[in-house]
Amino acid sequence: MAHDMTADAAHAHDEHHESPVVFGFWLYLMTDCIIFGTLFAVFAVMRNQFAGGPTGKDIFELNGVGIETALLLLSSITYGFGMISAHRNKLGALRGWLGVTFILGLGFLFMEIREFSHMVAEGNGPDRSAFLSAFFTLVGTHGLHVTCGLLWMAVLIVQTGGKTVLTERMTNKLTCLSLFWHFLDIVWICVFTFVYLMSVI
Amino acid sequence: MLGKLSWSDIPIDVPILVGTFAGAAIAGLAVLGLITYYGKWGYLWKEWFTSVDHKRLGVMYIVLALVALFRGFADAIMMRSQLALAYAGNPGYLPPHHYDQIFSAHGTIMIFFMAMAFMTGLMNVVVPLQIGARDVAFPFLNSLSFWMTTISFVLINISLFIGEFSQCGWLAYPPLSEQQFSPGVGVDYYIWAVQLSGVGTLLTGVNFFTTIVKMRAPGMTYMKMPVFTWTIFCTTVLIMVAFPILTVALALLGLDRYLGMHFFTNDAGGNQMLYLNVIWAWGHPEVYILVLPAFGAFSEITQTFSRKPLFGYNTMVYATCSIMVLSLVVWLHHFFTMGAGANVNAFFGIMTMIIAIPTGVKIFNWLFTMYKGRVEFHATMYWVIGFMITFTIGGMTGVMLAIPAADFVLHNSLFVIAHFHNVIIGGVYFGYVAAMNFWFPKAFGFKLNEAWGKRAFWFWFVGFYFAFMPLYVLGFEGMTRRMNHYDNPEWYPWLLVAEFGAVLIALGIVCQLTQLYVSIRDRNLAENRDLTGDPWNARTLEWSTSSPPPFYNFAVVPTVHDLDAFAHDKEAGIDTRSAGGHYQPIHMPKNTSAGFFVGLFSLILGFAAIWWIWWLAAIGLIGIIATVIARSSNNDIDYYVPVSEVARIENEHTRNLQAAQAAE
Repeated sequence: MAHDMTADAAHAHDEHHESPVVFGFWLYLMTDCIIFGTLFAVFAVMRNQFAGGPTGKDIFELNGVGIETALLLLSSITYGFGMISAHRNKLGALRGWLGVTFILGLGFLFMEIREFSHMVAEGNGPDRSAFLSAFFTLVGTHGLHVTCGLLWMAVLIVQTGGKTVLTERMTNKLTCLSLFWHFLDIVWICVFTFVYLMSVI
Repeated sequence: MLGKLSWSDIPIDVPILVGTFAGAAIAGLAVLGLITYYGKWGYLWKEWFTSVDHKRLGVMYIVLALVALFRGFADAIMMRSQLALAYAGNPGYLPPHHYDQIFSAHGTIMIFFMAMAFMTGLMNVVVPLQIGARDVAFPFLNSLSFWMTTISFVLINISLFIGEFSQCGWLAYPPLSEQQFSPGVGVDYYIWAVQLSGVGTLLTGVNFFTTIVKMRAPGMTYMKMPVFTWTIFCTTVLIMVAFPILTVALALLGLDRYLGMHFFTNDAGGNQMLYLNVIWAWGHPEVYILVLPAFGAFSEITQTFSRKPLFGYNTMVYATCSIMVLSLVVWLHHFFTMGAGANVNAFFGIMTMIIAIPTGVKIFNWLFTMYKGRVEFHATMYWVIGFMITFTIGGMTGVMLAIPAADFVLHNSLFVIAHFHNVIIGGVYFGYVAAMNFWFPKAFGFKLNEAWGKRAFWFWFVGFYFAFMPLYVLGFEGMTRRMNHYDNPEWYPWLLVAEFGAVLIALGIVCQLTQLYVSIRDRNLAENRDLTGDPWNARTLEWSTSSPPPFYNFAVVPTVHDLDAFAHDKEAGIDTRSAGGHYQPIHMPKNTSAGFFVGLFSLILGFAAIWWIWWLAAIGLIGIIATVIARSSNNDIDYYVPVSEVARIENEHTRNLQAAQAAE
């Protein structure tokens, strides 16, 4: 499944299978997609269950959400630049771009947590109504994924440190995180559209 | 410091549990003592617990499944005994609080830890061998999956002695399972055990789908894939589609319980029927996840012991795929009484009945495979034929339940219990036992005793009919499921008959244990040893290598020319095995303890979260993350088996083969 340097050197003797790592990870992402799909369906069922509490129109602040969206979309682009550097074997540039992506992702997360804590402080937490339960769970699950992605990114920044050339295993990991990160972007676009915009309209 | 946990949570006032604990403790200490006495800890750790070899993981899965079977069956016979006693004013020996935990644990354990573990074990042992691969796509993830399943089973058994288990049935329907009505830790045990084992199952699905897509031997196109592999292929698709939905369902229930959210509560806009929809959107595919591999095993066994190729291979593949798709659009038949309306019920009723068509195709394919074949009535075939009769009856009662109008009468009655045991015991369990008898010599190099195998079959088969046919009658007589005691004199004799059936099944399990014991005792007798690797004159690639196979499975990756590759090679006189002694170094993964430790920390996390011991939960979570990072940073994960080692192992097998041929 994975190959270190010595194994790569010995590959001349081996019938060389293309590594299934990226394919397998893509499958995992599809299962993750079903998790989000189910959460969206739950949100659709719960979206008008306000139980006398606030509606989306009352509590969503689109300005903040707009900035969050911009940060996340931008971070997808910077990760893409990082992957271009990786394919050119420019590891310094790769780490730089990963660092920029990390900061943008952290900014997104910071704003999301601020939004959540605001809402909870005003008494509009996830236990207020079914609508808010569904909202916090859907958006929070996405936020949890971003957190995992950031942790993973930090690990990869450390693991690429001091290296001059990327092993196949390392390239696979970077590619998987790339898929993961862009996937979160797509999910966020759906969140932005179906949760925020459609609640405010 | 210890969250909700206190001394009062240890049930020392329940004699049954104290007795069980004493028994389990003595048996456990005896096993641990024996391992220590024989100095086998190092061997177990190095060769099994840290193994990434799919064959060993498969064996461990099946051992886990058998242990779960004993636990699940103990629950079952306790329920039957309660109902044979608790009649006309007699409260029986199980108070409702305890009885409710038992039926919840029975269902949960039988599905998630008996059937799922058995199925995963079989696919581990067989699939890589059957497609001519040296291992699965992700050997480490395979080990991780196993440990996640195992620790979940440990967690569910801890609930016997610390706290309590869920009293809400095997699917924990809200609002009963909400904090308001189930304030104890029982439902939390259920949620965490099922959730953690679900992680393992999902990874298995991804792993084996990737393995089948990417690692088939050269020449094995999809329509040359053995039927068992096809059924596993469809099962992994269903796992990947369905298990994320289960994850969401349980997570939402957990959020309701832990954070006071309102997904399924009675107040603040919650909606219980949403839970039913979500959980059954997983639950119905789940039963096909279980039964499709059994269908695959029946196909392999029937063709082998009928001495001719499977009748209608193509239709078998199409039928499997149709069932895979249809199983995703029938979930609502589990709650026709919800009140979704006539049109919705009609749609789901018709879709359900349509599944009977591809299933019927399969039954006829097996029958036509036997027709004009030279059927050998091996113990394995007994289970197959017993399955065909039993499963057909179960299928027909299923079609009855698929009629919404009939379901309104039968819903929640013992008729439903009889139906799904009819298909799960008669289909899934018979299939897995047949598969275990069939592939056992491949995994261990010796055959299972046939006489005890046949005795086990007859006890199970007859016991099944005595235990469950009365339940159909009781369903018609209006007895509802999960009843603790009753005073209807018409029910009493039928429940006695059912109790008798459960005793027969217990004898069947005793016969299975005896079969294992006798077979291991007599493993070195010449008629039991499998020196050729092909004891049944079978048709697929797993039989072309030695029994047990070398850890790398195939010294030379076989080239597939036809469906039933090994049968083709045997007929054409091709020896693909040794390649004239020209071997090459083989790339293999190294063993790792990372899967074990992720499992261990997950157990700590689950236990701590159940009891709200948050510092301990944090330790568990940090442990999981640290282990994963350490594993990711470790580059010493694979190696090459040198040619000399390959040649040594292969030459030994060649000598065995020649000796076996000379003996014939």
